[in-house]
Amino acid sequence: MTAGAPVVEVRQLVKRFGGYAAVDGVTLSVGGGEIVGLLGPNGAGKTTLIHMLLGLILPSSGSISIFGLPMPRRRQPILARANFSSAYVQLPLSLTPRQNLTVFGRLYGVKGLAARIDELLERFEIGEMADRPTRALSAGQVSRLNLAKSLLNDPELLLLDEPTASMDPDIADKTRQTIKAIQRERGLAVLYTSHNMREVERLADRVLFLHRGKLVASGSPRDLLARYEREDLEQVFLRIARGG
Amino acid sequence: MEGRLRRVSAVFQRHLYLYPSSASRLMEIFYWPLLDLLVWGFLTVYLSRSPGAVPQWTAFLLGAMILWDILYRSQQAICVSFLEEMWSRNLLNLFASPLSPGEFVGATMLLSLVKFLLASALTVALAYYLYAFNLFELGFWLVPLVFNLIVMGWVIGIVTTAVILRYGERAEVLAWGLALLVQPFSAVFYPVSALPSSLRPVAYALPSTYVFEGMREIITRGSTGNSTFAAPFLLNAAYLALAWIFFKAMYRQAQEQGKLTKLGE
Repeated sequence: MTAGAPVVEVRQLVKRFGGYAAVDGVTLSVGGGEIVGLLGPNGAGKTTLIHMLLGLILPSSGSISIFGLPMPRRRQPILARANFSSAYVQLPLSLTPRQNLTVFGRLYGVKGLAARIDELLERFEIGEMADRPTRALSAGQVSRLNLAKSLLNDPELLLLDEPTASMDPDIADKTRQTIKAIQRERGLAVLYTSHNMREVERLADRVLFLHRGKLVASGSPRDLLARYEREDLEQVFLRIARGG
Repeated sequence: MEGRLRRVSAVFQRHLYLYPSSASRLMEIFYWPLLDLLVWGFLTVYLSRSPGAVPQWTAFLLGAMILWDILYRSQQAICVSFLEEMWSRNLLNLFASPLSPGEFVGATMLLSLVKFLLASALTVALAYYLYAFNLFELGFWLVPLVFNLIVMGWVIGIVTTAVILRYGERAEVLAWGLALLVQPFSAVFYPVSALPSSLRPVAYALPSTYVFEGMREIITRGSTGNSTFAAPFLLNAAYLALAWIFFKAMYRQAQEQGKLTKLGE
């Protein structure tokens, strides 16, 4: 994937549940090698948007193109090249981390799977727990296992829903560094949601603010701070969330 | 095709991983069929010793019990596998991967075959050992009889899973109840003639009815007519196609209404 070429292109995307518009006319793009932070208060439509990108929710109108292919019509080839992780979804607790990664590695058709699993378990510091039931892992270790799963197939697009929730500051920082390092190494495109504004400021090349289903602001963290005349993204977030 | 088989076998493997360390799951395969066999077996022993007993009672009741269990386990394997994913909040991981809903259902069908083979091996062997009942005396006829029960179990399992997809936890009880709903009309332990005439058309609309009627005919006469096999094959083919159309419609509705992402929350 050429750096900067659009990996995700969303046009006039709308999702209505009855009379309520969870996502309301959103147009956005994510380029190759770009990390885009998706911010907004609870109920802003962030997770609904990510679920539509994954084909788990069907849009009411508008279009989604990923790797130049229409979603959800070509979901299988798209999802083979993408992956996702969410703090609100978990891997089966009865299986060991190694078993979970083996199952998902096979679902994604990963070559050299055993070595890839060992590499990821080490990278996320859960190697010593690899053969114990996942339920024996701490919340932070489970989040790291979810992230390891999301990198199994060496994706070109990574969708992350609050990836560092439940992690202690040290592990969260290491995880951010890992995401950044992989993004640099592989030219990975990342779209992620977070309530941690400092994290977004440090990680994201570009930030999108969603409010009541609409895209209300976008730009680099520095641009947004200048535009809203605030010192940090948290203040920008509060101003937007309170309708300022 | 290779990718499809790999994904089906990955889901199959995920469920196999659960069994070695889970007593409750092993019980589901062996314990309940074993209990059924003991209760029905001793009942048939008692009935066959009663004055005026029908000579084939042992074969009728034990054969029916073993064959019904095949249908029930086949349906259960599909529903319980789906519920396992729902309870473990793993559905989104699966459906956000290249796995298609059809491949998921295919894997659960494969799992149902393995469970059927394990449970049946136990019940058939014990029925022979404890009650001198040899299911293989049904001969070659056993193959189409069992095949039709497995497919009908799949049909009920797919329909149940589709309803759970659409209605969520509220519909979970169907996983244990829907197959039992067809049992009274399937002439499992008695002939269709025992049903009121108004219910007989319902019975003949079920593939399972032909299987159990056929089983009794084979035990009594040593053979059965071709209609015993043609009717359930045709009915099963039609119901399987309809069940799949229904499943796809419910899956789509769940995607449209955002319910797929809420299951298990």
